[in-house]
Amino acid sequence: MKHAAGRTFLLWLLAMLAGVAVVWHSHFSADMSFFLPGRPTAEQKVLVDQLKEGAVARLLMLAVEGGEAGQRAALSRELRQRLGSLPEFLSVQNGEAASLEADRNFLFAHRYLLSPAVSAERFSSEGLRAAIANSIDLLASPAGMMLKPLLPRDPTGELVELLSRLNAGTQPHSVGGVWASQDGERAMLLVQTSALGSDTDGQEAAIAQIRRQFAASAASTGFSDARLALSGPGLFAVKARATIKEEVSRLSLISTLAIVAVLFFVYRSLRLLSLGLLPVVSGALAGVVAVSLVHGTVFGITVGFGSALIGEAVDYSIYYFVQSGKIGLDQWRQRFWPTIRLGVLTSISGFAALLFSGFPGLAQLGLYSLAGILTAALVTRFVLPQLAGSQQRGRDLSGLGRRIASAIGHLQKLRWPVVLLAVLAAGQLFSQREHLWNPELAALSTVSAEDSKIDLALRRDLGAPDSRYMIVIQAADRESALQEAEQVGARLDRLREAGLIAGYDSPARFLPSLAMQAVRRASLPEAEQLRHNLQIAQADSPLAAGKLAGFIDDVAQARSGDAIDRASLNGTSLALAVDALLMPAGAGWSVLIPLHPPAAGDFAVAPVRQALAGGNALFIDMKAEFDQLYNDYLHEATWLSLAGLLAIVVLLAATLRSARRLAAVMLPLVLAVLIVIAGLNLLGERLHLLHLIGMLLIVAVGSNYALFFDRSSAEHRVDPETLASMGIANLTTAIGFGTLGLSQVPVLHAVGVTVGPGAVLALLLAAIFMPRETTS
Amino acid sequence: MIKRLFACLLLAGCTWPALAAFDVGQLMDDLARHKGGKARFVEKKYISLLDKPVVSTGEMTYAAPDRLEKRTLTPKPELLLLDKEMLSIERDKQKLTINLSSQPEALAFIDSIRGTLTGNRAALEKNYLLHLAGTADKWVLTLLPSDQKIAALVLRITIGGSRSQIRSIEYLQADGDRAVMSIEPIEVK
Repeated sequence: MKHAAGRTFLLWLLAMLAGVAVVWHSHFSADMSFFLPGRPTAEQKVLVDQLKEGAVARLLMLAVEGGEAGQRAALSRELRQRLGSLPEFLSVQNGEAASLEADRNFLFAHRYLLSPAVSAERFSSEGLRAAIANSIDLLASPAGMMLKPLLPRDPTGELVELLSRLNAGTQPHSVGGVWASQDGERAMLLVQTSALGSDTDGQEAAIAQIRRQFAASAASTGFSDARLALSGPGLFAVKARATIKEEVSRLSLISTLAIVAVLFFVYRSLRLLSLGLLPVVSGALAGVVAVSLVHGTVFGITVGFGSALIGEAVDYSIYYFVQSGKIGLDQWRQRFWPTIRLGVLTSISGFAALLFSGFPGLAQLGLYSLAGILTAALVTRFVLPQLAGSQQRGRDLSGLGRRIASAIGHLQKLRWPVVLLAVLAAGQLFSQREHLWNPELAALSTVSAEDSKIDLALRRDLGAPDSRYMIVIQAADRESALQEAEQVGARLDRLREAGLIAGYDSPARFLPSLAMQAVRRASLPEAEQLRHNLQIAQADSPLAAGKLAGFIDDVAQARSGDAIDRASLNGTSLALAVDALLMPAGAGWSVLIPLHPPAAGDFAVAPVRQALAGGNALFIDMKAEFDQLYNDYLHEATWLSLAGLLAIVVLLAATLRSARRLAAVMLPLVLAVLIVIAGLNLLGERLHLLHLIGMLLIVAVGSNYALFFDRSSAEHRVDPETLASMGIANLTTAIGFGTLGLSQVPVLHAVGVTVGPGAVLALLLAAIFMPRETTS
Repeated sequence: MIKRLFACLLLAGCTWPALAAFDVGQLMDDLARHKGGKARFVEKKYISLLDKPVVSTGEMTYAAPDRLEKRTLTPKPELLLLDKEMLSIERDKQKLTINLSSQPEALAFIDSIRGTLTGNRAALEKNYLLHLAGTADKWVLTLLPSDQKIAALVLRITIGGSRSQIRSIEYLQADGDRAVMSIEPIEVK
C-alpha cells in the first residue's frame, strides 16, 4: 500500500509538473478577442480586422481641462510638440494652422491631377468661361474671400473644388488657434498610436507616455491645475485588461479563502485540508493546460471563471472525506462513487455542449470546466484515497446531518408554496418575454457607464468618426484597388448629390490611381492652346485673360510634372489618411471607404447596397454586424444549451432507467432555473448570453444534489453523513459561483448571479421534493 | 486759399448745430429702437484684379436683437444666417457653420454690422473708433479698427443711414479692394 501510494503520488506530481511547464509557456490574454468570432464571415472579418488593426482602433482622444483658454491652448501646442517627436505616435493633431498648411500646399500643387472636375471640356473655351465665371460669382460671397488671392493661378477654382469635398464632416471648433470643445472649455487633441488596437501592451505604454508628457507640458507651461481627459478604444482595452486581471486575482482570493475556512471548520485538520484541496488544484491546472493546448491562448476571463469552479471541484473531496469516514473506502466506492460518477458525467455533458460554440470565449469556458471537473473527480477517486490512507477519518458530522434532516422535514411542508412560486415565476417570465433579453453586444462590454459617457463627449467635441458604415474593396494590387475605389466613388457621388449620404472618405482622393492621373493629365491643353481658349473665353469677362499667366504656367507644369505617388504625400496629414484607408491585405490590397451619414434623418442602407450592386465592393454596417454577431452567439448558445440539457436528460434516462426517477431528478433543477431567472428579471437584470449559460450550469451542477437524493430514496433512507456532505459541498459551490456575482465584468457577473443562487435553490428544491418516507 | 478756408468755416458752421444736436449716443438710441424689418440690397465688390465690380443682389431680414439673414439671389443663390454666435452659409447644397465665439477676428467683423443694427455702442467701441457725421436724417458713421489684427483685414467701415434705418455700408479692405452695399427697406404691412 505504502509503495503504491508513493508511486501514485509520484505520477500525480509528474503530471502536475508537466502541467506547470505548459502553463509557464502559455499565452494569456485579456483583450476583446474573447468576444470575436472564431469562424468569421467576410463581413465579420472586416470587423475583426478593424478592431485589431484599423485606424479607428488606434485613435485616442484627448481633452485639456481647467485654467484659462490661453493656458489650455499653450499646453495643447506644447503637448503636440512633445508627442509628435515620439515613436509611439503616428500623428498628433490639435488643429494648429501650421499642420494644415502642408496639406493645403500639397492639394494646391497637385490640383490638376487631384481635382475630379478636370476634363477636356473644362479647359475648352466654353468650359473655361463657365468655370471662371463661377469663381468670379464666388467672390461675391464671403466664402470667396479665401479664393481671391489664388484667382490668377487657379481661376477655375480647383482648390475650392477639392476642399469642398474634404470637409464632409464638421471640423472641431477652434479657440486660440487650436481645437476646442463645443463649449470652448476644453482644448482637444487627436492622437494616432503606432501600436495596433489589438496590442494592449503598446496601447498601455502609449497612454502612459501621453500622461507623462501631459504632466511635463503642464509643468513647463506653468499650468499646474491642468487636467487630462482621455478616451478611445485603446484605453478601453487597457482598462478592461486591468479590470479582468484585478478581479480574477481578487475573486479567486476571496473564494479560496472562504472555501478554505469552510473546509477547516469541517475537517479541523491541516492535513485533511490540504488533501481536500488537492483535486481542486489539479483540476484548475488541468483546465488551463487543456485550454492552452487546444486554443493556444488562455483568456483572463476563463481563468476568472476557474475561481467558481474551485467551489464545484472541491465537492468531490468533501463527499469522499465526509461520506467514507464511517464506512471506509471500499464501501464508499461501492455505495457512493457510482452516484458521484453520474454527477460528474452530467456536469461534463453540460459543459461539453459549449465546446462547439463559435464564440471562442464560450468554447474556452466549456473546455476549462470539462477538463477541470474531470481531473478533480479522477484525482479524488484514484489519488486521494492512496495518499489519505485508510485510517483517515474526518470529523464526525452526523450531528450536522441530523439537523439538516430535521430542517428538510420542515421544508417539505413548502411543496405546494414552491409549486405556486414556480407558477408565478413562469407567469412573470411569460409576461416579460419581450423584454427578457438584452439584444446588444454592449451587454457583454466591460466599459463602465462613466467611461462611455466621457468617450461620447470627447467624440462629439472632436467630430471624430464613429465609422459605423463603410465599404471594403479587395484587389490584387494597389493600382487596381485605387481604380476600384474611384469607380465606387463615382457611384457614391451620385448618392451624395441625392442627399442620401453626407459624404465619404476615399484614399483615391489624395492618391488617385495612375490611370486616373493619366486621364486628367491628358485632358489638360498645351500652353498655346490654353492661351487661345482663354482669349476667347474671357473676351467679355471682368477677368482679363492677360492676368492669368500664372494659370497657364501651372497647367503646363502639371502636364509635364511627375505623377503623384505615396511618397508625394509625406509630411502631410493626408499621408496618414491614405494609409488608414489603403493597406496591404494578404496577397493583395484592401481599401476602406467610410461613409458619412446625412446630418438629418436616418442612414438609408438599401440605396447604398443598390449603388454597389454588381461590383465586388462590400458594404458593412459595423453596428449591425456586431449585433448580428451577438445574436448569432445567442442563437447558437440557445441551441447548445438545449443540446447540453438534452445530453444530460439522455444520460440520466439511460442510467436511472425510470421515468419517475428521471422526473424526480429533473423537477427541482427546472424549478430552480425558473425561479432564479424570474428573480433576476424582477431585480431588473436584462438577460444575455452568459445568463443562458448559467442556466445550463444550474442543471449541470444541481444534478449532483438531485442524484444523491435519488440514491437515498432508492435506498429508502438518507444518512446524516450524506446530508452533511451535500450541505457543505453546496455551500462551497455557492461561494465559488456567488463570488463571481461581485464581478464588474458582465460575463463573470452573469454566471455568478445565476449559478450561485441556482445551486442553493437546486439543493433545497431537491430536498423538498424528496419522497417523504426517505427522511422519516 | 481764402475761399477754401471760408468754405470750410461755412461748412463747419452749418454742421456744428447738427453735430451738437446729434451724437453717437443719440444714434445708438435711435438704432436700438429699431426692432427689425426686411430690405433689398445691392452689393458691389470692387476688386483690383477685375475690370468690373462683382454685383450681387438679394434681401436682408433683421430681427432684433441677434438674428440677421442675408439672402443673395443673384448671381448665385446663397443664404447667410447669423443667429446669436452661429454664422452659417448655405450655397450649392453645402452648408458651412462657424461658431463666432471661436473666431475673434470674424466676430469683430460681424460685430461692426450687428453692433450698428442693435445700437450697441459698447460692442462697437470694443474693436473700433467711432466717428459720426451728418444729422439724424442723414448720418454717416465711420468705424476705424483699433485692433491690429482686424486692421489687417479691413481698413475702414463706413455706414450711412437715415434715422434708425441703415442705407449703405462700405468696407474698405486692407488690400485696397472695397465692397459697397446699398440697402432699400421694404415696407411691411
